[in-house]
Order: sequence, then structure tokens, then C-alpha cells
Amino acid sequence: MNPASFLAELRELLPADAIVSRQSTLPAWECDGLSAMKRVPLAVVLPTAESEVQAVLRLCLRHGIPVVPRGAGTGLSGGALPHEQGIVLSLARMKSILELNPLLRTARVQPGVRNLSVSQAARPWGLYYAPDPSSQIACTIGGNVAENSGGVHCLKYGLTVHNIQSLRLVCMDGEILTLGGTSPDSAGYDLTALLTGSEGLLGIVTEVTLRLLPLPEHTRLVMAAFNSTHQAADAVSRIIAAGIIPAGLEMMDNPAIRAAEDFVHAGYPVDASAILLCEVDGAMAEVEARTSQIDSLLRDSGASHIRHAETEEQRNLLWKGRKSAFPAVGRLAPDYYCMDGSIPRRKLAEVLDGIEQLSRQYGLAVANVFHAGDGNLHPLILYDANQPGELERAESFGADILALSVAVGGSITGEHGVGLEKIDQMCLQYQADEMACFHAIKRAFDPAGLLNPGKAIPELHRCAELSAMHVHQGQVPFPGLERF
Amino acid sequence: MDNDLSVDLQDQVQRAASAGYALAICGGGSQPQPGNPVQGETVNLTGHTGVIDYAPEELIITVRSGTPLTAISALLAQHGQMLAFEPPIFSAASTIGGAIACNRSGAARPWAGAARDSVLGCQILDGCGQRLNFGGQVMKNVAGYDVSRLMCGAHGTLGILLSVSLKVLPIPPESVTLARTCGADEAINTMNQLCGKPLPLTGAAWLDNQLHLRLGGSPESVRQAMHQLSEYDRGPDIWSAISNLQHPFFDRQAPLWRLAVTPTSGLPPVPGDWLIDWAGGQRWLSSPADANTIRQIASEAGGHAQRWHAGDGPVFQPLPAGLLALHRRLKHVFDPLGILNPGRLYAEL
Ligand SMILES: Cc1cc2nc3c(=O)[nH]c(=O)nc-3n(C[C@H](O)[C@H](O)[C@H](O)COP(=O)(O)OP(=O)(O)OC[C@H]3O[C@@H](n4cnc5c(N)ncnc54)[C@H](O)[C@@H]3O)c2cc1C
Repeated sequence: MNPASFLAELRELLPADAIVSRQSTLPAWECDGLSAMKRVPLAVVLPTAESEVQAVLRLCLRHGIPVVPRGAGTGLSGGALPHEQGIVLSLARMKSILELNPLLRTARVQPGVRNLSVSQAARPWGLYYAPDPSSQIACTIGGNVAENSGGVHCLKYGLTVHNIQSLRLVCMDGEILTLGGTSPDSAGYDLTALLTGSEGLLGIVTEVTLRLLPLPEHTRLVMAAFNSTHQAADAVSRIIAAGIIPAGLEMMDNPAIRAAEDFVHAGYPVDASAILLCEVDGAMAEVEARTSQIDSLLRDSGASHIRHAETEEQRNLLWKGRKSAFPAVGRLAPDYYCMDGSIPRRKLAEVLDGIEQLSRQYGLAVANVFHAGDGNLHPLILYDANQPGELERAESFGADILALSVAVGGSITGEHGVGLEKIDQMCLQYQADEMACFHAIKRAFDPAGLLNPGKAIPELHRCAELSAMHVHQGQVPFPGLERF
Repeated sequence: MDNDLSVDLQDQVQRAASAGYALAICGGGSQPQPGNPVQGETVNLTGHTGVIDYAPEELIITVRSGTPLTAISALLAQHGQMLAFEPPIFSAASTIGGAIACNRSGAARPWAGAARDSVLGCQILDGCGQRLNFGGQVMKNVAGYDVSRLMCGAHGTLGILLSVSLKVLPIPPESVTLARTCGADEAINTMNQLCGKPLPLTGAAWLDNQLHLRLGGSPESVRQAMHQLSEYDRGPDIWSAISNLQHPFFDRQAPLWRLAVTPTSGLPPVPGDWLIDWAGGQRWLSSPADANTIRQIASEAGGHAQRWHAGDGPVFQPLPAGLLALHRRLKHVFDPLGILNPGRLYAEL
């Protein structure tokens, strides 16, 4: 590996404005949405075409240069964190919607297209792209595919994996593969599924065909306030048990409510211990019937206050508060650390109690935002990185929350990915044999190990060291809980 | 009903792995087209049965792979729930493992997703006899590669499914079939048009010059949709007969092909009879045409063809060289000795 000769050859391949290697400019790419981790890459490369991606990968392979793909850099697990000896391959300039087929209900897009712009483009045909991460104004479809992103409407409409039909993939050796298709299934293995959520470790996604859905005729958002988070959790179970799958079912606890209210003035009840946002969509009669059923379920669960969004503006405002909960909470403290545990829904109250206990133990406040309908928690830990030791405390607190999620039968990440952030916690969720299998899958695509190295799947010896550490201390976290 | 054979099955795979002989994985044996024939010692999964976990309010069920689909459906129905992908039930012996391994889905496929879309996690035996767990028993989990969905449609060539966790959904309280007379081209266009409208569709099929639609959902939404579709008459409930291949259409003598194609593609001029399902995406063709012609038709329509019954030659559409090479590398990851259903999918796997 000789960086100077690599850069010289790179300059022959691409126009000058597609390469950033000035030390003064590089820090713009030093981190993704997880700003606690920073690294400056050797260079940033911004191709505008698949053929350039292909040429860059071949060159990197020849020189043994690591490649970190990047979309908008909104990821929250350090997935797009640069490698010091490698390049950041930004797909941000490949941002065309190549084809929108209203009859077939598909959009064929380049990876740098922003999530929200797909729904905007499809709207004139009465169609939209369902997965709506809260970061949808900024995040890219390529990033969504790499993380298998979800949104507030994925309870009913599925995650990214359920809403994509095919991918074009450039492999590390420059080979271009088409995975999936516009037919309902394809010959051979389901590689589209394998690639979704693979965090940029298997190949570069250069084109995605998305499935579009008809816009619902009517939508109604119900907000309910509760005097305890347990009651709110109970209401979630009751709604699901009644056979209703709302379009969205979200929960915020008191600190999150206050922060969001300060931020967007949506009229959230700031004294409530928790609120639920429950959205129903469909034909008018359907929406009427479901909302009245939901109202009574909410009342039975002890809701202190129920409000319906009367206008589209009110509805958008109530969602805006929820969707901007991260930045809103971010104003409560100099720094916040967003977690992403996923748990069986019935464990919600138990896990909330556990988080509260940990919050006291670590002396750090926490605000909770959840995709309650599908058991995906986003505890936001508040800290001040300028106070010595607080970042480390926040990280240990977060690690404990993830260990708790795994201990109740859940996962360390519901939608943000492992990245570099949760690499150690992977050892809690998977055994050595499964991890070895993940490494072998990686080698099947990228034998040189140059695509996003060090992310998503820990080295086996790392897990062995960590588990030795735990045994050394003579205890595992949450010894009272059953192991899964 | 509750019978865990994991240890015996693991022993059987480990013996085969150390002696290096092939295994032919077998569920209920009810699949009309399980794939290319496999020579090997039978691994019988029908005794490996039972529900490991089912909490209706979680909308998740975890079952052993040999559990009959009828038993699972009956249990779910007691709680007003169902497998969203409505797996075809070819006979009382059909197992969940077979439905997942072959990625078989029913009438609601275009709206409710395929079998693979309902899968949340699984436990498998790989070709070395290791027991591996992927995914989980939660709705959302993006830790590690999505191996569970990779197992769907792999026809047992990447692992023996021991158990699967599946997302379940409430049974729509109301379900109605509508029908009207129309030709195939008009039907294809209409189905696709309707899919772009917010209607509670759970089925759209064409056969014998009739377009059939199924509406499913709350009484309110079904009533309103029927109002919007007033030019249709009530039609017969043909859906399970089509999914389970028990409709008289499937009694024809000529070879039967399953084509999965771009739903909007037109019907190509080829001798034979068509049954169009999945709003245009899945098409059954009973035709005397030769295999190459049919494979070409399918790929021109953006998809692939599977030989179903009668005729001869390989079952599945050949893969382009690059993809096949990747398949082989993945096969090697899970089954380095090549003992799990060798040749079932492709001779090279
Ligand atoms: C305020 C806020 C709210 C958020 N809300 C949500 C939410 O509701 N739901 C949710 O799921 N996530 C959410 N996220 C996380 C984040 O937005 C998503 O993970 C998003 O999909 C990342 O997209 P990106 O374009 O920013 O990707 P990046 O952060 O740039 O990259 C993410 C990963 O994808 C890889 N990658 C990017 N493009 C490609 C490509 N073309 N080919 C191969 N690999 C690629 C990168 O290497 C990296 O590993 C939120 C983030 C923020 C900051």
C-alpha cells in the first residue's frame, strides 16, 4: 500500500472535483451521526456514475486501500466512520431518480437519492415510498438499504427490506451484479435480503428499485396522554391484542415530550408521563371505526387525555415533534447518545424500569422515544462530553441498556445498525459459530476484506477477550434474568 | 405434537459430514415441485414438531420446522391470527419448514409479502452439523447479516431449518371475492391499475376469461371498496384452490410452468393456457412449448420460470455466471462439503 501512488492513479481516473484530499477539507467527513467517533480518511471520493465506482474499487483492490461507503452520513452507529488509511466513497452525487413507473409502482433510483424525495416524486401518481426514517429529509436510499432502516410507519408497512425489489451492486473486484428484479421473486438465493442491512461490508449499492404504495385515502392521528409509562405500554398491547395494526404507534416519555414541545410547540401535554401517537389510515368509514375503537382501548388503559389531530397541519405538527425528538432532546444537554435496543413488546414496562434504574446508577438523565408498536426503543442518554469521564459513563450506560435488551430476548439494534459503536455488544447476541459464519459470508463477497473493515462483525478474538473479562469480574449483567 | 428432534438431527448431519455422504432433506413430502431430485440419505423432519413460543399480543410465533401448516393455522385462528403469507397447503402433511425453504406464498403475496417477508429468525443445522441461530424473536433486528431470509427459497441447500420465528397478523374480519368477465391483457392492466389505488386487495387473479378480486379487511373498508368496484359481481372463493394447485386448471396434460415476471408484462404468444395470479406477478402456464422457449419468455418478461410438472430438464432458471459463482461461494460458507440437498437447486450447488 503506497498512498501517494494510489492518489496519483486515482487522479487519473476521476475528474479533480471528485476527489478531496486536502487536510483542511477532509474533516467534513470525519464522522457520521455518531459524532463521538471521529477519524480523518486518506481521501474522499465522490463518483457520479457506476463506472467510476467500479474503477475506484478496482484501483483500491490493487493497492489494498480500505473503502468506507457513505450516503448522507446520518447513520447513528459509526457505519460511515472513515478508515485512516482508506477512502470514503461518497455516493451523495449519484442522486438521480432514474425511472418512476406508476403502473408498476416502482421507482428506480441511484443510491444518493434522499428518502423523502422519492415520496415527493411519486405523489402526483398517488403513490409514496413507505419506510420513513425520522432522518428522511437527509438520509439516502443507499444508506437505508445498508442499514435496513425503519420509520414510524414500519409496523404496518414494513422495513426497507420489505420495500425494495432489486439492487445493483458493485463488488470489491469491480464485478457488477443485479440482485432481485421487478418480478415477485428471482431465481436462486434471496441476495437482496442478504444485502439489506449489510452495512456496506459486502458491496457498493449503485441502484435500487423501490416498491411504491398507494397513498392512503384518509389518515387520522390520535394522541393519548398517560400518567405512567406502564399504562402507555399496556395500551400498546391492548391495541395490538384487539387485532388492530395501526399505521404507526409511537411513544415518548416525559423528558422527550417536554423537549419536543419546546422544539416544535405541537401542544403535547407536558405534564404527562408518556404519550402515545397512534395513526390509523384507510377508507373514511374504516378510519372512523378504528379510531373510536382505539379511543375506548386507550381510555380502558387509563389515558388521562385523548386528542385527535383535526387538520393535516395538526397531524404533521404532532409527527414533526416525534420525528425531531432526537435534535429536540439534544438541546437538553450538551450531548446525547441515542440507543436502539429492540425488545419483545411485552417486556416494555420491565425494560423501562431497568433503564430508569440504570439512569440513577450512572447519574445521567435519559429521555425515551420508541417505536412502541414494534418494540424498538431509542433511549437518549444525556451527557456533557466536556466533563471528564461523562462520555465513558454514557457509553457504559448505553452498553448496559443493550445487554438488558438482549437479556429479555431482544436485539442490540432494531434499525441503526452495529457499525463500530455496537461491535462489542455483538458478542452478547451471537455465539462464536454464528460470528464465524458472518465472517465467511463477508469473505464470499470481499475476500480482501477492504469494504468497511472493522465494522458490524467483531473479530472472534475480541469476543473471547470480552467474555474473559466478564468471567474475571465474576458476574454477567442482569444475573437475575433468564438467558436466551 | 411437541417433539424436539434437534439432537438426533444434529447427530445425523454430523455423521454424514464426517463420512462425507449426501443428505436429502424431507418435510411432509407434499410439495408438488420440491426441486431437482436429490440422491442421499433422507433427513426426515416430520417428527420435529411443536410450537416453541407463541404470544398472540407479540404477533410472533416460533415453531419447529416439521410442524404441519394445518396445525399452525388452527392454533393461530383460535387467536384470530394467521400467517400473513398464506402458505399453500398442498396436503395435511405440508410443513412450515417446507413452506419457508421453498418460499411458498399464497394469494395475498403482492400486498402481505412473501414467506420471506414474515420470517424474523431461525435456527438451522449447517452442513457441518453446527446449530446456528440467526435473527430473533422480535419485530426488528438488524444485528448481523440477514441469514434467516437467505434461507427462504434456498431449498435446504444452505441449512436444515430446525425452527423459525414468524410475524403473524390478525385475520381480516371480512373477505369477499368479486369477479367480472374480461380478457387477459385487460385483466393485467386492470390489476396493476387497482394495485395503485388504496383498496383493501388481498387477491387478484385471472383465469377462464374471468378477473377475480379478493377484498379483505374490516367490514367498513370492504364495504366501501365493493361500492367503488360496483361493476363487479360476487365471485366464487377460488383462492385456496389456486394456491394449493387444486383448481381444475392444474389438471391439464401439457407441462406446467410457474413464471414469476414483471406484473405489468403482457402475455407472450406461446401455445398453451394461462392462469394469472398475484396481480400479474405469478403466472401458471400449461404449454407444450419447449423449455428454452419458456425460459426465454420469462426472462424477457423480467423474471424466471420453474418447471412444475411433466416435461423434463432442470427445474430452475439458470443463473448468469457471476451470480452462480457467488451462489457457489455462499453454498461453501454454509455447507463446505456439499452434503445438504446437493443439486436440488442447481447442479453446481
Ligand atoms: C435525527 C436522526 C433520526 C434518525 N431516525 C431514524 C429512524 O427513524 N429510523 C432509522 O432506521 N434510522 C434513523 N436514523 C439513522 C440513519 O438516518 C439511517 O441509518 C439512514 O439509513 C442512514 O442513511 P445515510 O444516507 O445517512 O447513510 P450513512 O450514514 O452515510 O451510511 C450508513 C451505512 O450505510 C453504508 N452505505 C451508505 N451508502 C451505501 C451504498 N450506496 N452502498 C453500500 N453501503 C452504503 C455506510 O458505509 C454505512 O455503513 C436517524 C438518524 C438521525 C441523525
